[in-house]
Amino acid sequence: MSDETFKPKILVFSTDKISDPGIDQAGLRKIHYSPSVYVISLPCSSGVKPRWILHALEKGFDGVFIAADGHECSYSSKCADHTNQIILDSQALMSEKGISPKRIRMAALCSVCAEPFANHMENFSKILVGLEDTNAQ
Amino acid sequence: MKERIGVYICHCGGNISDYVDVEELGKMFHAEDGIVIAKDVMFACADSNQKAMVNDIKEHNLDAIVVASCSPKLHLHTFKNVATRGGLNPTNYVQVNIREQCSWPHSDKPREATVKAAGLIRAGINRVSHSESLDNIEISVKKTVLVVGAGVSGMKAALDLSKLGNEVYLIEKDYFVGGRIAQYEKLFMSGQKGKDIVAALYKEIKNQTNITLFTGATVDKVSGSLGNFHVDVKVKPRFINGKADKQAVKTAMEECRVFIHDDFNFGMAKRKAIYKNYPEALPDVPVVDAEALKNETDFVSKFSAALNLNEKEEILSLIVGSVLVSTGYDSYQPAEGEYGYKTIPNVITLPEFKRLMELSPDKLIYNDKQIKKVAFIYCVGNRQKKGDNKYCSRQCCTSTIYTSLQLKEKYRDITTFHLYRDIRTYGKQEILYDQSAKQGDIYLRYDEKEPPVVGLDGKTIIVKVKDYLTAKMEMEVEADMVVLVTGMVAREDSQQISEHFKIPIGSDKFFNEIHPKLKPVETVIKGVYIGGTCQGPKNISESVQSSLSAAAKISALLKSGTVSVDPIIARVDADVCTWCGKCANVCDYTAIKEVDADGKRIALVNKAICTGCGICAPVCPVNAIEIAQYTDMEIESMIDGFMDKTEVKEKDTTAVEVVETGGVRMKEYPQIWKQILQTMEGTKKSIPQVATEISADPNVVTYHMMTMNKYSVVMADGMDEKEEYFYYKIKNQ
Repeated sequence: MSDETFKPKILVFSTDKISDPGIDQAGLRKIHYSPSVYVISLPCSSGVKPRWILHALEKGFDGVFIAADGHECSYSSKCADHTNQIILDSQALMSEKGISPKRIRMAALCSVCAEPFANHMENFSKILVGLEDTNAQ
Repeated sequence: MKERIGVYICHCGGNISDYVDVEELGKMFHAEDGIVIAKDVMFACADSNQKAMVNDIKEHNLDAIVVASCSPKLHLHTFKNVATRGGLNPTNYVQVNIREQCSWPHSDKPREATVKAAGLIRAGINRVSHSESLDNIEISVKKTVLVVGAGVSGMKAALDLSKLGNEVYLIEKDYFVGGRIAQYEKLFMSGQKGKDIVAALYKEIKNQTNITLFTGATVDKVSGSLGNFHVDVKVKPRFINGKADKQAVKTAMEECRVFIHDDFNFGMAKRKAIYKNYPEALPDVPVVDAEALKNETDFVSKFSAALNLNEKEEILSLIVGSVLVSTGYDSYQPAEGEYGYKTIPNVITLPEFKRLMELSPDKLIYNDKQIKKVAFIYCVGNRQKKGDNKYCSRQCCTSTIYTSLQLKEKYRDITTFHLYRDIRTYGKQEILYDQSAKQGDIYLRYDEKEPPVVGLDGKTIIVKVKDYLTAKMEMEVEADMVVLVTGMVAREDSQQISEHFKIPIGSDKFFNEIHPKLKPVETVIKGVYIGGTCQGPKNISESVQSSLSAAAKISALLKSGTVSVDPIIARVDADVCTWCGKCANVCDYTAIKEVDADGKRIALVNKAICTGCGICAPVCPVNAIEIAQYTDMEIESMIDGFMDKTEVKEKDTTAVEVVETGGVRMKEYPQIWKQILQTMEGTKKSIPQVATEISADPNVVTYHMMTMNKYSVVMADGMDEKEEYFYYKIKNQ
């Protein structure tokens, strides 16, 4: 049985010019998502270090979400590939520590992607609750 | 480590404090080590609060400040300036977003919003406590600009740049200037001829002594960075003797009997092997197709004084401070068989049709057939749900309708059918649609799912279309000619230009600006700007607007001779780096080079080139690279801050009502609000009356009155006798 009050803590890495304005849009439009979501904005999603992801998970975050620029990235046309590699490298580090690779997710978010962001947070929360249930069993 | 930190938590007039217990947070952080001041303020951005913050920094000798308020996109620079005015380095300031990313999305859960705000602020405090004082990087720049592309956008930008005192090199790939507009006879909305605009711009350019124009010129190699780009430009030979008598060149052109494919007219005519795109094309020097004349030895020998078939291409080395790329677009080229293109006679594209109209002065004849009925099929190669070109090209609806109006004006007895998906004649262009409808043009609406089918019935072209305006009734349109309204696509050579200047390309293959609204002509490459349709579909006036905007930006950048750039760049720990090259491999900007440092091979970052994107940092196997302001210490301390436990009581929301509607908490308002409210006490007044009574600029009073109105401090109450100004009164008074 899962604890009904369990609200997964999610750390989001967003990007200054594209996905963070999208997350701001969600607030501006009063679209609700979990208050357990915390955001750190960076210049580019390809700059997220796997050690930060591991640090967050070890410190108690239940999941890490990278809100990437995808093809809209103004820095690199290969941004999606670079970010994907960061996910893979992080998952390798996570396996060494016995952390489920499902605790990290990535999706491209645009500067007006308010609803998609809220939807991603809701879906990711459900996955993380599911992982918690599995652990409890 | 910063130990004298000031923390300011903003109510934002209730936008934050209606849901987050700002006062409680102020008290909570005030008691913490390292924090000298923690205040909750009504409007952190108000002039009076900014002044108070400056005083606090000086009086309490603060070494860093945190403002928890709205999104940094709105006020990051406001508070960086506050830090600077107080004598702090602006990099010792952190803005925490507790409005867009806390109070607003969590307005349904005030207590949890307050807990989250506490975590966000704590993270901000942790981050600022590890912040370094960084100075902007000063780069000396040359007041010389390279403009790539001499279409209408590039020519206009070159002129503005030169008039603003910059030396300009304008290069054009074609042998003649003007780009696409030279191919169009009349242009909407003014009705001017494209060639006349080109001629006027060219004349002006020739009168500017500080513009150097190269035609037949392309970018060959680029190195350097903002302030000092080294650009090699390849100039193709014209094979005309530069010193030859003009009449001799003209005679050679007249007597030439070798004809070649005419690219300017899309092959609908032939041109001589010594040619100009059109008689008035500029520069007024023809070009020789040397390959076509290679066996014409008698002719070449007769005109040896005018022709120089041994001329070689030249490489020019230019040094420029900044670059404006205005290389334009290509028209979408339909595939063979797409709506019958190239497989059914008399199916041509809109650009081809425009050339055909100009080449046909009296009667419109194509493939020996007089054209009386024309069917235009819109959105060909654009707005594709399944294809690559998902965007709308903005100008093609208007261009087609304007062509249809020209068609009926120029030739008699023409019937036009417009098979469209949506008509997008936005703004003033709607007038043209109205004219077209009034003159009897027939509009049939189709859907992308069921596009028109172009076929032949004997020698007659039949276009079958389901008209969505008449319950999807299948119509058959008999046409003498089908014109495919093709949109814009990125130029074929845009990839090469992108590689030279490292300009990012979007999924639509056009060049990417930093931000479509806030930095619409800047690229992430410092000193490289984009203008016109190389960035995406635009009509001519929009193209010129964007290139002139870029010209103004460039001029402002180069004005002082030095440029100050953000210090947020990558840096290498020389002690840790063992040079593996992985960082250099992922850097799209070649900002990282291998260097020798006391006998050790390490990576070195070029400060002028580095964009601070951070792509190099995660790939370093020994963690020797980090980005200033995004160090491991700063990011990991933020994560720790989010996780700190915070106990917060439920906020008493009844108190909020008093704050919002009671007009209380006067001490929290900016000084000018207090003055305005005092003069309005118990009465209603117009803005000019208030301005006179408090001796303030009416514009300033207008700004504050509007803000007070927005936050329900005052409200409008009728107009004055002359109905010139609104009266305002204090709300709930």
